[in-house]
Amino acid sequence: MHFTKPSPPSDDKRWRIVEATMRRHGYDSHALIETLHSVQQTFGYLDPEALRYVASSLRVPLSKVYGAATFYHFFTLKPQGEHTCVVCMGTACYIKGAPNILASVSQRYGVQAGETTADGKLSLLTARCLGSCGLAPAVVFDGEVAGKVTPEEALERIGRWMEHDS
Amino acid sequence: MTPEELRRLASSHEEARPEPKYRIKVCVAAGCLSARSDQVREALENEIARRGLEHACEVKGVGCLGLCTAGPLMVVEPDGVMYEGVTADDAPDLINSLGGEPVERLLCPADAPFFQKQYKIVLENSGLIDPEKIEDYIARDGYLALARVLEAMTPQEVIDEITRSGLRGRGGAGYPTGLKWSTVAKAGGSHKFVICNADEGDPGAFMDRSVLESDPHRVLEGMAIAAYAVGASQGYLYVRAEYPLAVKRLRTAIRQAERLGLLGNNICGTTFNFHVDIRLGAGAFVCGEETALIASIEGKRGQPRPRPPYPAEYGLWGYPTLINNVETFANVAPIIRNGGDWFARIGIEKSKGTKVFALAGSVKNTGLIEVPMGITLREIIFDIGGGIPEGRKFKAVQTGGPSGGCIPEQYLDMPVDYESLAKVGSIMGSGGMIVMDETSCMVDVAKFFMEFCMTESCGKCVPCRVGTAQMYGLLQKITAGEASMDALALLGELCDMVKHTSLCGLGQTAPNPVLSTLQYFREEYIAHIVDKQCPAGVCPIHRREGQ
Repeated sequence: MHFTKPSPPSDDKRWRIVEATMRRHGYDSHALIETLHSVQQTFGYLDPEALRYVASSLRVPLSKVYGAATFYHFFTLKPQGEHTCVVCMGTACYIKGAPNILASVSQRYGVQAGETTADGKLSLLTARCLGSCGLAPAVVFDGEVAGKVTPEEALERIGRWMEHDS
Repeated sequence: MTPEELRRLASSHEEARPEPKYRIKVCVAAGCLSARSDQVREALENEIARRGLEHACEVKGVGCLGLCTAGPLMVVEPDGVMYEGVTADDAPDLINSLGGEPVERLLCPADAPFFQKQYKIVLENSGLIDPEKIEDYIARDGYLALARVLEAMTPQEVIDEITRSGLRGRGGAGYPTGLKWSTVAKAGGSHKFVICNADEGDPGAFMDRSVLESDPHRVLEGMAIAAYAVGASQGYLYVRAEYPLAVKRLRTAIRQAERLGLLGNNICGTTFNFHVDIRLGAGAFVCGEETALIASIEGKRGQPRPRPPYPAEYGLWGYPTLINNVETFANVAPIIRNGGDWFARIGIEKSKGTKVFALAGSVKNTGLIEVPMGITLREIIFDIGGGIPEGRKFKAVQTGGPSGGCIPEQYLDMPVDYESLAKVGSIMGSGGMIVMDETSCMVDVAKFFMEFCMTESCGKCVPCRVGTAQMYGLLQKITAGEASMDALALLGELCDMVKHTSLCGLGQTAPNPVLSTLQYFREEYIAHIVDKQCPAGVCPIHRREGQ
């Protein structure tokens, strides 16, 4: 059966990274999750174009690609804000006051967990457990883990981003 | 590579570098890194360079030193002086102190019960070796067990040794490892797989992460020995994508081992081939269940399937597959090196060896510990953990994450082993241990875990998908002060139904946090329902009254 490899959604050079991942796995359908990881790492999120491209490249039904992309919490279908604040909600962080951190950030900036502010500046997210339980409660500010965070500190760090950029 | 050659490699590595007079070991595992131990390391290196002391003093990044709460930690050798809470600004003082009096204000007493009561097998190299250098691992007898197995043991002898050790699965269920290996070895077929389950999803648990970040070769060696024993030539390490540092160090370790012929084709010059690939998890708790994990490696949604057939007979792509947890594999090399009988002497009757726990929550010394099986909870929490901070009172200890239970004070003198924990309604689990004091509301804790299970339910079977949501709804009502006593009876019924009719371990154990709190802290449920108040002051009813 003849199969023509589909071309990437755009001529963005970053698609080469995704192509390399698929090639390494021989365009096998088993590589679906690895490929989705590659797309998310490269572009930050999975948009419909990307899902369609992955589906046709690996010859997996789009429904299955969408199924996997929405089943796993690590994948996100929405672009992230300029800055991200991830509050760990693992057991240790939970009993040491993570819900208060979440509530105060959520209240100040009018976003719920998993949402991005209207100006696209801040995404407020939660994590199941960062494995930094010894430093509970832990918060990740733009990829940098901070331990023993108080709601005031969290607001202060985020405040600096918002102020600095405006 | 023969055992002889390995030893020669280790000693030539030692000789190649003139032994510096002082060696400063800075913890670069994730806990200390988030307390900026990387900056401390850099500051120390700069200070040494500034004074031209490079020949006399070396700074080395090492794996987890255990006491995460006091990070960044470091040890100065040869005296073995341990420092805690070090910052980059302390570098000049620390370098000044070399050869003289230690820096008093930063001292961390290494003779404290936190260190003295531990027994290290899995973590024996943590904090000693540089996890990114295979030579360091080899210098501590690394890969010696693998070389010995390939040189002088048959697969059956390897399995017998593991069986004799009494090692049981450290992922939580405690299935005898030797039995699992021999089932896979007996399964027919030319294709077999070995999988390492490093999808550490329990909230409040970071044992596997620390092992992978501190001593990645140990896990690879265990996998290779297992592959030889069961007759597999391909392995997969299924790691959480949330652990980028562990993934990076594993990739480095695999590359290094392949270069030395300790992984790949013709390992140690024999006909044995074993390749290891990494597969990234994508944040689904259910993938810790073995059949779901297999589905995920196959590129599908991580949904479990009924067992039997067990993966030992019908696993990855339908081939016989051995799945063990990180800590289980990490125990293999020392067992081979020291003998199964040596391992069987540690611990107690039905639970041999040691267990690594992630001690966290309301306890003074939070961090990573390894203790002999059979130690009491009191010793762990009050001696090693240093007790409850801020003069608060112990209320419960939670083991086993969302699949475990909350153990009250009356059982603190119970030994920690698989059977005892199960008897009081909890499980050993993978090793998360969260201590709670009187500021925690046990109904709220039950609700927390139920919310977790509800969200993480894969949705395949009805009891788990619907049952957890119903239980969560009831717990929400109770914590809001809107439930009647009938809710308790209904909750009990639902627990029973979900426990006995769910497809996989996630659903079957999801009721445990509710069951154990209902059993030991029933009065707290009643306080919410009848008195409409939360004794710990956590739940919304309390806040409403306070306003």
